[in-house]
Amino acid sequence: MIYDVIIIGAGPAGVSASLYTKRGNLSTLIIYSDESSLEKAKKIENYYGFENGINGKDLYNVGIKQAKNIGVDTKKEEVLNVLVGNEGFRVITDKDEYNTKAVIFSTGNKKNKPNIKGIDKFEGRGISYCAICDGFFYKDKNVVVIGNGKYAISETNDLINIARHITILTNGKQAPEFRAENVDINTEEIEEINGEKKVEEIILKNHKKIETDGIFIAQGVAGSTEFAKKLGIITKQDKIVVNKKMETNVKGIYACGDCTGGLFQVSKAVYEGTIAGLQVINYIREKYTKGE
Amino acid sequence: MEILSLKGEEFEKEVLSQKGKVLVDFYADWCGPCRMMTPIIEEVAEELKDELKVFKVNVDNNQELAIKYDVMSIPTIILFENGEVRKTYIGVTDKNELINGIK
Ligand SMILES: Cc1cc2nc3c(=O)[nH]c(=O)nc-3n(C[C@H](O)[C@H](O)[C@H](O)COP(=O)(O)OP(=O)(O)OC[C@H]3O[C@@H](n4cnc5c(N)ncnc54)[C@H](O)[C@@H]3O)c2cc1C
Repeated sequence: MIYDVIIIGAGPAGVSASLYTKRGNLSTLIIYSDESSLEKAKKIENYYGFENGINGKDLYNVGIKQAKNIGVDTKKEEVLNVLVGNEGFRVITDKDEYNTKAVIFSTGNKKNKPNIKGIDKFEGRGISYCAICDGFFYKDKNVVVIGNGKYAISETNDLINIARHITILTNGKQAPEFRAENVDINTEEIEEINGEKKVEEIILKNHKKIETDGIFIAQGVAGSTEFAKKLGIITKQDKIVVNKKMETNVKGIYACGDCTGGLFQVSKAVYEGTIAGLQVINYIREKYTKGE
Repeated sequence: MEILSLKGEEFEKEVLSQKGKVLVDFYADWCGPCRMMTPIIEEVAEELKDELKVFKVNVDNNQELAIKYDVMSIPTIILFENGEVRKTYIGVTDKNELINGIK
């Protein structure tokens, strides 16, 4: 089956969008897994309608229930990749794969980029954020994947038949359960990335060096920035660029809430979710029902 | 405006020996993000047609060129001026950013 819309993220932005798309008769799936900013907010006192304020985690859970109650499908799975499909898009999670005509990103405000000396300098010169896009340039070469979660493993798998050897560097985090012939796992912390014109080596805090031709950044749970790079969505300072209709430059892909930058507030996420939801309804109606 | 895809041997004549500015979009057919860059490059070519030549280079067929210009991520867009690299844009880049950078 193909969904009309898949919404990635179940915070105020994603849930608000779903309330409109579902009411607009679109088959709607919300996928969520990682933490929402709301879960960290002890008490929200500046959002309309709660006379004594409300605990962020409670508001988050109530939102998800509200979506379920009106018939929105929900899956608690980690999205690892979003790709352009034959018709619409393919959303790949740690458990399954889903097809959809439209995607709404509402993955919140994430800072996945590790704070490592040299990372900005070598962006596009050996530092990559997309194995499937840039793997080609590392055929039979040695590469490093920085990360330790499911997303890092997913990126490693995209490189396994291309690169000669892969080192998964967890940068001090716990080693993942993963084994493959040409893959090593190293849990040392990273000091800096070095090279002349492009990436040549990684210096670890224990002063050891790893020589490498390329570094793939895959820390934490992928967010809108990572998906944007894979899809060719324009970003600015790691936030998705949208117009007033919450459209990105890629037709059929919308973004709302904290992942578009600006004000990090529930009210803004709700507003943008509303617009994204309504716009997706128009998009699907115009694209798929005319002339049928 | 349709953009011509250059073969290795044409690069010298069309880009390196050109007086003035030439914009080159390094791409591949299998690259998803590159498809999103195409319409943007076409618009830039149209808007700046009096001051700029625009070409594409398929990295699959022209690996020497990709290596020569350190292309390790696509799309990469390089602005040449009088045959010299003047600016490099990595990843899908906004039309206005390109136009402002070229002018
Ligand atoms: C400590 C703190 C206090 C705050 N206090 C206030 C306040 O008082 N008032 C106020 O208005 N705002 C407050 N905020 C801000 C508010 O929480 C956010 O603006 C709001 O939650 C943004 O909503 P969102 O839907 O864009 O993203 P989020 O609520 O962050 O939701 C992101 C969603 O994306 C999902 N997700 C992300 N990546 C993936 C993936 N790869 N696969 C699957 N799912 C994924 C997550 O599971 C989550 O459901 C506070 C924030 C913090 C951190």
